Amino acid sequence: METAIKTFNLTKKFKDLTAVDSINLDIPKGETLALLGPNGAGKTTFISMLSTLVKPTSGTASVAGVDINENSLGVRKKIGIVFQEPSTDDILTARENLELHAMLYGLPRAAALKKIDEILEVVGLSKRADDFVKTYSGGMRRRLEIARGLIHDPEVLFLDEPTLGLDPASRKVIWDYIKGIKARNNTTMILTTHYMEEADLLSDRIAIIDYGKIVALDTAKNLKNVLGQDLVFLKGAINPEIGKLDFVLDVEKESGGVKIMIKDLNRNLKELINKAGDFSEIEIRRVSLEDVFLKFTGHKLEEEKGGGNIFETIAQYKTKRK
Amino acid sequence: MINFQAIYAILLREIKVFVREKERIISILISPLLFLFVIGRGISSSLPAHGYTYQQFIFPGILAMVILFTSITYGLYIIWDKRLDFLKEVLVAPISRATLFLGKASGGIFGALIETLMLLAIGAVFILPITPLEALLCFLTAVPVSFMIVSIGLSIGGLMKSMEGFGLVMSFLTWPMFFFSGALFEIKDTDLYLKVISLVNPFTYCVDLMRKILLDYSSFSLAADLGVISAWIVITSFVGIKIFGNLQQNK
Ligand SMILES: Nc1ncnc2c1ncn2[C@@H]1O[C@H](COP(=O)(O)OP(=O)(O)OP(=O)(O)O)[C@@H](O)[C@H]1O
Ligand SMILES: [Mg+2]
Repeated sequence: METAIKTFNLTKKFKDLTAVDSINLDIPKGETLALLGPNGAGKTTFISMLSTLVKPTSGTASVAGVDINENSLGVRKKIGIVFQEPSTDDILTARENLELHAMLYGLPRAAALKKIDEILEVVGLSKRADDFVKTYSGGMRRRLEIARGLIHDPEVLFLDEPTLGLDPASRKVIWDYIKGIKARNNTTMILTTHYMEEADLLSDRIAIIDYGKIVALDTAKNLKNVLGQDLVFLKGAINPEIGKLDFVLDVEKESGGVKIMIKDLNRNLKELINKAGDFSEIEIRRVSLEDVFLKFTGHKLEEEKGGGNIFETIAQYKTKRK
Repeated sequence: MINFQAIYAILLREIKVFVREKERIISILISPLLFLFVIGRGISSSLPAHGYTYQQFIFPGILAMVILFTSITYGLYIIWDKRLDFLKEVLVAPISRATLFLGKASGGIFGALIETLMLLAIGAVFILPITPLEALLCFLTAVPVSFMIVSIGLSIGGLMKSMEGFGLVMSFLTWPMFFFSGALFEIKDTDLYLKVISLVNPFTYCVDLMRKILLDYSSFSLAADLGVISAWIVITSFVGIKIFGNLQQNK
């Protein structure tokens, strides 16, 4: 299969901190790869290198067959990007932002105007298209940002937390549109997100990145299978011996109870309940991508003491409660 | 390598910004007007210069000063763009860094031309008669002069990481360039050290050119003025494009 993106020991260091640590990744043409990882894992830095905004400290990558170090302009001709941080121009209107973009990307004027109207409609900004961006709400800016990344139909598209801060309805519209683009143009995409549902829905494969390293890479289905099929939460006085049952894959303490991963729920649930001891509450659910994510990255959060980040604080809080 | 449609696109954006942020246009004019109407008027009565009043004598230098300040400030504004993340959009666009540089530079030149026009109007009304031909020549001269200076501004702005350095550049580069240019005095009549610094200062030749047009009086030949300015344009734009080539996203 034709490769769209290939990285070779791609590394970025900021002084002592290794933000991206020797990543080797191979993404076939037409694939959507979701890049998941905790805050500060290196997702944005990774994308910034692939989009030639940041020079790698070492290693390289080829994007649509062009080397990022040797021909950054060549790479830029093939890509589109939706940034995590807002980068639309406040002092222009939404339409002016899009027109500027179309001109920079050399789209023929007539086609560009048509495309701009179409995309404004999709992101629900038609009525406000001629207002200055500085009068927009956060979500509207976000939608404009997405619209801009999509107008020139790139071969490779980077979406860095594209639906961050969007309401559920807008998010759904964007998802459908992204799926449409992919179906139409066979666009290769790297998507970062903290919404597991989004990753599940849009991606073909999932890469989990932590401290700059890929710690897991597979389809969502296979990743879930690694953890076992199902989860049972029990609250109450649980028999500590249940971890020894042969169909129990893992036991973790969580929010005042235990999270038990088991093989073949239908066959083994009865025995589990018999052996579990005196429980007061039970909840059963299939393994979600979130479980996978926490499994691969969650424990690491404990090490980060005293960070100012809200997510870290929550993680520490959770850790303390365990 | 050079994409004219993209240059036009960037220029168009800069024009819109310039027109929409009118405070910038006004604030740039304040120092030059103070020089012209306070110092110029104050000294005028006591010191006629080469058959002109002192105010008339310094007018071409003040006109050049307006171009200097507009162009440097504009160039340094690239730091703002970097901090506000607008720049990322053009940095990932499929245009060469030379194109980006020329687009930004043309935005600066546009700004300088607007300011030139305003000062010419003020000059014609209050200070000295200016013929349409003289005005046109000043306008044309403003293009290369501004290009040279905006390249310096963009180069420095491209290297700087925060707006904090802005004041330093103004104090240690812009103001000295202005003071050591003969804008306020006649170079021939000054001390040796003033003369030496003025001679290496490219801005001196910009002032001289303006004075030649407006007062028909100058210290250097037309060829010398144009030669020095052209050489500096080549150097500063080359350096600027190199620096833009290394521009990366920085937060
Ligand atoms: N310009 C920079 N200078 C210094 N350190 C940086 C810079 N950019 C990123 N870093 C550091 O590199 C690491 C990775 O940052 P990055 O933005 O790639 O994370 P991320 O995975 O995108 O996180 P998030 O989910 O919060 O967006 C972080 O520790 C960050 O502090
Ligand atoms: Mg990020």
